[in-house]
Amino acid sequence: MPRLWPALTLAAALLPALCGGRAQAATLVGHPAPEIARADLHQTQVRLRDFRGRVVLLNFWATWCGPCRVEMPRFMQWQRQYGPRGLRVLGVSIDDSAPPVREFAAKLRVDYPIVMSDPKLGDRYGIFGVPVTFLIDRHGIIRARFDGESDPAAMERTMQKLLAAPAN
Amino acid sequence: MKTLRLHLLSAALLLLVAVSPLRAQHADAIPRDQLIEPAALHQELERHGGQAPLILQVGSRMLFDQAHIPGAEYAGPASQPAGLAALRARVESLPRNRWIVVYCGCCPWERCPNIEPAWRLLHSMGFTHVRALHITNNFGAAWVAAGYGVEK
Repeated sequence: MPRLWPALTLAAALLPALCGGRAQAATLVGHPAPEIARADLHQTQVRLRDFRGRVVLLNFWATWCGPCRVEMPRFMQWQRQYGPRGLRVLGVSIDDSAPPVREFAAKLRVDYPIVMSDPKLGDRYGIFGVPVTFLIDRHGIIRARFDGESDPAAMERTMQKLLAAPAN
Repeated sequence: MKTLRLHLLSAALLLLVAVSPLRAQHADAIPRDQLIEPAALHQELERHGGQAPLILQVGSRMLFDQAHIPGAEYAGPASQPAGLAALRARVESLPRNRWIVVYCGCCPWERCPNIEPAWRLLHSMGFTHVRALHITNNFGAAWVAAGYGVEK
């Protein structure tokens, strides 16, 4: 089932356009990533636009989401491994409040920034469940979306291709 | 050596989260005849109008605020004691043959921490007409993408 996710993601992106449903967020792939500007868990300002020139792995997650918790150590490893080549990981929690997120992040020693989401941001990105991970290229364009328990090899391959592309 | 330490740390962290006490009550424990598929619920809502079921979202408040099934109320999260208490309080005074549908859609069905506790609570309270909305992947894929309509 996890290997079907890329195809399902593409299908989910196309279906709303055919059925006249909520197509806006589903067709984000190929479009600029909606701006995110807010303080992270350590009160440091984070702005997505400041990551231009880097490849961004943007992960929507929650402390109560089992698949999310499995993915996060991998994202931390990728941040360390691919950071020198320009990868930046940014987590967006859809938990209802920050305290459990801080506690979980501290326990796991998450070393990338995490910000809290809100219904408007979730709507802009088309987040109706988690985990959802976007890969954003160096120009701020969303190039891939992975819904649910994704195939890590497929995600890593896509990320490597984006890292290999030049900034200009 | 550094790479080996990195891999060992990653494996340890993966094990830590895998055995976390926050393990989901298994949604697959809900009997199949207690499930309702999104397409079937959508048809019921179209057909029944005023006699539609009481629909309760028992998962994430943020996801509920963002979009929910028209007419649904929030009563969760059922994975937490406070959420279960809220669910109990909402249904306590209802006749036990009331038609109720609980749903979540936060994450893949077999990983959902909310749906089984919610269904089990209502079942234990004596409700005889409870159904859990079977959302395979998430609410977006199962309901929004199908064009069934949402409220905010």
